[in-house]
Amino acid sequence: MSQIFHRSANTIARVSIFGAVFFVAGLLGLLAQINRSPWVTQARVAREQPIQFSHERHVAGNGLDCRYCHTSVEDSPFAGIPPTKTCMNCHSQIFSASPYLEPVRLSFRTDRPIAWTRVHDLPDFVYFNHSIHVNKGVGCTTCHGQVDRMPLMWQEQSLQMEWCLDCHRNPERYVRPREAVFRVDYVPPANQAELGRRLVADYHIQKLTSCSTCHR
Amino acid sequence: MAEHFVPVEDPPSAGLGTPPVIAPGYTFGTVTDKISAIVLTRKTPRGWYVGFGIAFLLTMVLLVSVSYLLVEGIGIWGNNQPVGWAFEITNFVWWIGIGHAGTLISAILLLLRQTWRTSINRFAEAMTLFAVACAGLFPALHTGRPWLDYWLLPYPNTMGIWPQFRSPIMWDVFAVSTYATVSFLFWFVGLLPDLATLRDRSQSKVGRFVYGLLAMGWRGSARHWHQYDTAYLLLAGLATPLVVSVHTVVSFDFAVAIVPGWHTTIFPPYFVAGAIYSGFAMVLTLAIPIRAVYGLEDFITTRHLENMAKVMLVTGLIVAYGYTVEAFIAWYSGNAYEGFMIWNRITGPYRSLYWALLFCNVLTPQVLWFRRVRKYAPGLFVVSLIVNVGMWLERFVIVVTSLHRDFLPSSWGMYRPTIWDWGTYVGTIGLFVALLLLFLRFLPMISIFEMRTILPAAKVDEDVREDLRVI
Amino acid sequence: MTPNPEVPNPYVGGDRSREVSDPGSRLPREEWWRTLDELADDPAFRDRLYNEFPSEIEAIADPVARRTFLKLMGASMALAGVTACTRQPAEKIVPYVRQPEEIVPGRPLFYATAMPLGGVVTGLLVESHEGRPTKIEGNPLHPGSLGASDVFAQAAVLGLYDPDRSQTLTNLGDIRPWSAFLGTIRAALSAQQPLKGAGLRLLTESVSSPTLAAQIHEALERFPAAKWHQWDPASHDNARAGAKLAFGEYLDAQYLLDGADIIVALDADFLACGPGALRYARDFSARRRPERADRMNRLYAFESMPTSTGSRADHRLPLAPREIERTAHALAAAIGIRPADSATALGVSPALQKTLTAVAKDLQAHRGASLVIAGDGQPPAVHALAHAMNDALGNVGRTVVYTSTVEAAPVDQAQSLRDLVADMNAGRVDLLLIVGGNPAYTAPADLKIADAMAKVATRVHLSLYDDETSALCHWQIPEAHFLEAWSDGRAYDGTVSIIQPLIAPLYGGKSAHELLAAMSDRPERSGYDIVREHWQRERAGGQTAGTGASRPAPPRPEFDQDWRRWLHDGVVPDTKLAAKTVTVRTDAIARFEPGANRATQSGVEVCFRNDPSTLDGRFANNGWLQELPKPISRLTWDNAVFVSPAMAERLKFDNTPSWQGGEHGQILASVVEIRYRGRTVKGPVFPLPGHPDNCATIHLGYGRTRAGHVGTGAGFNANAIRTSDALWSGAGGEIVTTGDTFSLACTQYHHLMEGRGMVRAVTRDEFEKNPRSIHEGHEEPARTMTLYPEHQYEGYKWGMSIDVNACIGCNACVVGCQAENNIPVIGKDQVLRGREMHWIRVDSYYRGPADQPETYFQPVPCMHCENAPCEPVCPVGATVHSDEGLNDMVYNRCVGTRYCSNNCPYKVRRFNFLLYQDWNTPSLKLMRNPDVSVRSRGVMEKCTYCVQRINAAKIDAEKADRRVADGEIKTACQQACPADAIIFGDLNDPKSRVAQLQAETRNYSLLADLNTRPRTTYLAAVRNVNPELGD
Repeated sequence: MSQIFHRSANTIARVSIFGAVFFVAGLLGLLAQINRSPWVTQARVAREQPIQFSHERHVAGNGLDCRYCHTSVEDSPFAGIPPTKTCMNCHSQIFSASPYLEPVRLSFRTDRPIAWTRVHDLPDFVYFNHSIHVNKGVGCTTCHGQVDRMPLMWQEQSLQMEWCLDCHRNPERYVRPREAVFRVDYVPPANQAELGRRLVADYHIQKLTSCSTCHR
Repeated sequence: MAEHFVPVEDPPSAGLGTPPVIAPGYTFGTVTDKISAIVLTRKTPRGWYVGFGIAFLLTMVLLVSVSYLLVEGIGIWGNNQPVGWAFEITNFVWWIGIGHAGTLISAILLLLRQTWRTSINRFAEAMTLFAVACAGLFPALHTGRPWLDYWLLPYPNTMGIWPQFRSPIMWDVFAVSTYATVSFLFWFVGLLPDLATLRDRSQSKVGRFVYGLLAMGWRGSARHWHQYDTAYLLLAGLATPLVVSVHTVVSFDFAVAIVPGWHTTIFPPYFVAGAIYSGFAMVLTLAIPIRAVYGLEDFITTRHLENMAKVMLVTGLIVAYGYTVEAFIAWYSGNAYEGFMIWNRITGPYRSLYWALLFCNVLTPQVLWFRRVRKYAPGLFVVSLIVNVGMWLERFVIVVTSLHRDFLPSSWGMYRPTIWDWGTYVGTIGLFVALLLLFLRFLPMISIFEMRTILPAAKVDEDVREDLRVI
Repeated sequence: MTPNPEVPNPYVGGDRSREVSDPGSRLPREEWWRTLDELADDPAFRDRLYNEFPSEIEAIADPVARRTFLKLMGASMALAGVTACTRQPAEKIVPYVRQPEEIVPGRPLFYATAMPLGGVVTGLLVESHEGRPTKIEGNPLHPGSLGASDVFAQAAVLGLYDPDRSQTLTNLGDIRPWSAFLGTIRAALSAQQPLKGAGLRLLTESVSSPTLAAQIHEALERFPAAKWHQWDPASHDNARAGAKLAFGEYLDAQYLLDGADIIVALDADFLACGPGALRYARDFSARRRPERADRMNRLYAFESMPTSTGSRADHRLPLAPREIERTAHALAAAIGIRPADSATALGVSPALQKTLTAVAKDLQAHRGASLVIAGDGQPPAVHALAHAMNDALGNVGRTVVYTSTVEAAPVDQAQSLRDLVADMNAGRVDLLLIVGGNPAYTAPADLKIADAMAKVATRVHLSLYDDETSALCHWQIPEAHFLEAWSDGRAYDGTVSIIQPLIAPLYGGKSAHELLAAMSDRPERSGYDIVREHWQRERAGGQTAGTGASRPAPPRPEFDQDWRRWLHDGVVPDTKLAAKTVTVRTDAIARFEPGANRATQSGVEVCFRNDPSTLDGRFANNGWLQELPKPISRLTWDNAVFVSPAMAERLKFDNTPSWQGGEHGQILASVVEIRYRGRTVKGPVFPLPGHPDNCATIHLGYGRTRAGHVGTGAGFNANAIRTSDALWSGAGGEIVTTGDTFSLACTQYHHLMEGRGMVRAVTRDEFEKNPRSIHEGHEEPARTMTLYPEHQYEGYKWGMSIDVNACIGCNACVVGCQAENNIPVIGKDQVLRGREMHWIRVDSYYRGPADQPETYFQPVPCMHCENAPCEPVCPVGATVHSDEGLNDMVYNRCVGTRYCSNNCPYKVRRFNFLLYQDWNTPSLKLMRNPDVSVRSRGVMEKCTYCVQRINAAKIDAEKADRRVADGEIKTACQQACPADAIIFGDLNDPKSRVAQLQAETRNYSLLADLNTRPRTTYLAAVRNVNPELGD
């Protein structure tokens, strides 16, 4: 009876059997990576906006404080996106003719709001509250990154739950003094571990890891 | 190593009356011919086509039901408050239970050196696989959002959290998946030598190629046999605890809950016994017609039927004991909820089902005390069918009647299956039968080489091989 | 499970347990029973209950047709989501152009306004998110609310956003602009000018708005011959007429329940409906605390349809309305207002007479601290008698005060409507303006108003919906919802509230003020100007010069301040009506004869009542109210013919728990035909324990033909047999079975406790002898009886206490919760299947004989157990224990195994079996509470203790570096509750109200023997029975 298979079939069989194990493992690993990749999280991907607004220019350049535009950050869950009026406070004087700013002026004239593309977009079942974080010494840049170096805004962090939990489980690693919360140039001191523990104590920061802290 | 090939003499107790496990007059060649012919040469009986046609249609029903379920949601079923689980879990437990006979026959009877297992273990194992496949569908589909079922698996996810390891459903995931894997390996390894035989005897090129591929280069060398035996024994050892563990874990789904009628320590043994009970019933339900259709009375002799009947009788009695203890404890515990639960089963809206199950599972099997019945194939067939129904009813009664009237009377309600509940259930039966028929058609339903070993002639063969080993 | 030796013989089923006695409950077990048939121990019933397993398969009635492409897409999207590699679609974020300074994005604002209903307003506080009113609460500063609210107020937001509302001004179905209407109306009016408006008729509901009244008077000045008619089915003709009988003038009675020790209710459901009900409920329940037994009041209720008030009564006698009339006379006689000799002539049974003597004695013993209240269902004579009795008992000025009416122009409305119909039939009407209301549906059948209207040349209807009346009118003007328009109104005690809008009219609706302005010479004035100018003038000195004539005086600065404060507070100070000194015409009253006004006394007496959910039908299209289980009967989506169990027995009616849902879900009711005064109507029968015999109660407000998608076709129309001479009840009815059956969606049909002591009740004596008596037979297992380590609660420890003794079963909590937590409406079919979604339900239980049971209400939210059975069984950890003892339900983590629900002994978990939420209708998206996730299909949900409110309060406290103060967090149910029966707070703070309540001896846990350690506990009921009458 003739051979159905070539001798090499044996090796192929062995290889494929063992290979399969590693292949599957690799596949799962890859999936895990993809889930955390910017392709999914959109982290560090600059977004196109109707107006080429540059945080770099306004923060680093003009030294505006975060709260000048994001007015409700200290007392509301929502930090607030500045109304057109805020832009016009300055831009009715400076660059009042700049073609880049035409959409702003248009909005102001026609009372049509500017539709920005949302950069930091948490799922609807997550209830994040800016005011409490700011009041407990979580700095803007801790989550939003160096906005003063972002010509176009992007989201610095993955905003995935494991990232939130990292801080909720060990706040001492990230908190800073209240007065430094809005400083974009703040760098954690060498003794962050020690400082953090103290702040956690002073500010009565709890490790809020109950689900209902964020999900309702 | 090859001990288990040594045919065990029939126990004296069996006496003269006991029919042999294989009819006299067969040689290695004839056995091989007879079995492999079913797959290779013999013309497929018309019955097969008819059966497969029906099974296929039912499978399509399953397909429709499941698609609609995914589009609409659990609401298409009759489940409600307070009856959160109903048909789906009933069917799940039923199918898993059926699976058990296969593993028991192939693993435990193997270790117990029961030669009579050889002619039935193959399709019993196949049955196990297909039953588990059907069973698996239900827990996977009964969740509100099936597309998220993978959250039950513990893996390092982006949410930074783990599943609830205290939940019996978690344990199920492990138990059932392990069970499926081991059963498959066991079955497949057992197939190897026969696949090789088929490869060698197949006339068609395709046949040779496919069977060859599956045979994984089996040449029947001493080394092959040696490793085969090792592997087979190891798997048998591995599978044995599963027979007990799987249904024990399944029973925890109920025993761990506080629902009166679920919260019972007797559940694990009682579920395992029930599983084997229903499993053997199913083996009989399948074996008897197959044996008739393919004329395998010589291989699956009345001896087999009788032994299986005996197992059913024993497990049936254990199950009956389970029912009794359940009722007794309900009264003895003095717990009002438990007491009401039993009372509600006996006299409540679903009482007819409870009485039916007692008839099917307790009364009916008593006929098996009579040898004449045990030897009478048609009779056994009917009994096994009744027991299958009975075991399904048992699960329904446990799942539904416990839930529909639990603690607060203000929330008491009724469950009524919808057409989609039935569709899914009947559909899985279709799937099961379809797979089984395909198996019968394309794989040797009886282990050829193991049958050869129980021929009287095998003894000689054994010696020869022993000698070979020595060299 | 912990064996509990105290509970009865296990071999006792639901239908048998009445035969053994339970050491657990204070009373012989036979007193706790279940359904009527069960009480009757009717074998037929048992057969039905123990039906065979249904062989036939019912095709799913669920309207699959509706769920189309979108859902397929949804499902496939979801399936695609299996990889979890799907990205969120990019969202836009849209800031203001010019941000209003009072708005802080992300923080809600609260505005005070008021809801007009039945001629009075109730003060409200409305939560607004960036300009969207989302939640209504009572206004604590308002005398008629004190912070509480009723189901109608709670459901008003859904009414506002109802997509079925009339959205365009139409003339004979064609869309027209407002200007076109103005043209027509002014033409019609100028045609009336020479006739002095002889052909002009104005039909309104009861008017309590001073501004509107002024406008109408002004209009009548311009058209002296025109007539103003009022018809308000939810109004109180009998009360008005009664006052007139007693005092010779229209007066309002206001009750001061906090001063009343003994209260007698003559068919009066004063706790749950009518003006001031919220206030009365608060004052009443404040005096039901056994801890202050000396202050505990006693309530005698003589009533026909079992009501909330009757259920709270210490002694309740079911009597047909005509018997109650006799009773009133007999009681009056016993008190000595009418000649005692006639008492026998009244034909009151000796037993009743004995009771009445005791009641009279009790009343006499509490002169000046007693109170007799007559209900709207009773004829004027009974009201007059009640006034006379209060007068005789020296209660006037103490427990009841009389003031001039809250209504601007009280009239006999039935008569008023009759006159209008007569005029129309006589062709004397050319222009008919119907301002609000739906007379074509609500008018009594004998008036045949539709035919009459056909004879009117121009018919205009201002209404929220394009309803039955609109169909008969040339012009249909979309009315502005009260949350959309400026107006004003008076509370039950006369206090004025300015009604300010929360949102601009969604559909360009017009308010009554704007419509009437169209009749003045300044048609385009805004509602705001009209109301403001009116009050400006009032303050200026109240000379009622025509609004149009005198230009408004220049706004004075102090008025501006006042106005702002009125709007801020929601009340205008010092506008409460002053108490009047009255003289009762005792002699006249003494001569009344019972039944004088009744045509016949024979046959079945048919009683008409406003529906507890849809009232007179005006709320028929409100899904929240339609799906709201009515008090006691727990019936949803339908009205029914309520009869006494005995009567049902006699006439072989029955209700059968069916195979779909059963005791909780579908009830098969036999359909009966009511023959009454030459008219007939068919409806499903519902035997209700405690309903008087030979008497049937049917609720109005159903059988609407043009209500909208929700309300059209629900129930049957009781107005079809209602006559204007006997609006609330009339004898001479006949009830016959038709042999048909009808499915009723009933969320509870099992009112027996099975000896499981859900509601614990004792009498005041028992309680005073041994306060711990309520715990006898109910033992809690030791804390250690669990495998898992005990939780520690360092920070807060939230808990809730529910007072069974105070709960009046008004359902405000249920709707309040539904509004706060975005709970979907699922429709009758799903309720039939027993899948209702309410997070808090009000179970009701009976005790005692079927003809005269005591009724108890038990609100059941999530218990937030410390040893929660649901927590360990969830495979994905979607329901977990929080640091503060909340039982968190994480919708987004839930995969929907339903294991938690199976394992919940309280069955408070609710599963989204299908896609119940409406994800498409735009207006409903505006309505939702942005602080609560909108649940999708396939996830479990349940009461969260309003965790969104807890977190909001905690965050504010944290920012101020303090602890959350007691009472700072109110759950939605607690805030709505008029009876103050629900208290929420921090158990770690020993001074908190909830901690103190849970420390009381009356405190007990539901199913305590399961060792679930609920955080929600109950206070047992204590009934203050009259020793003379016994229990």
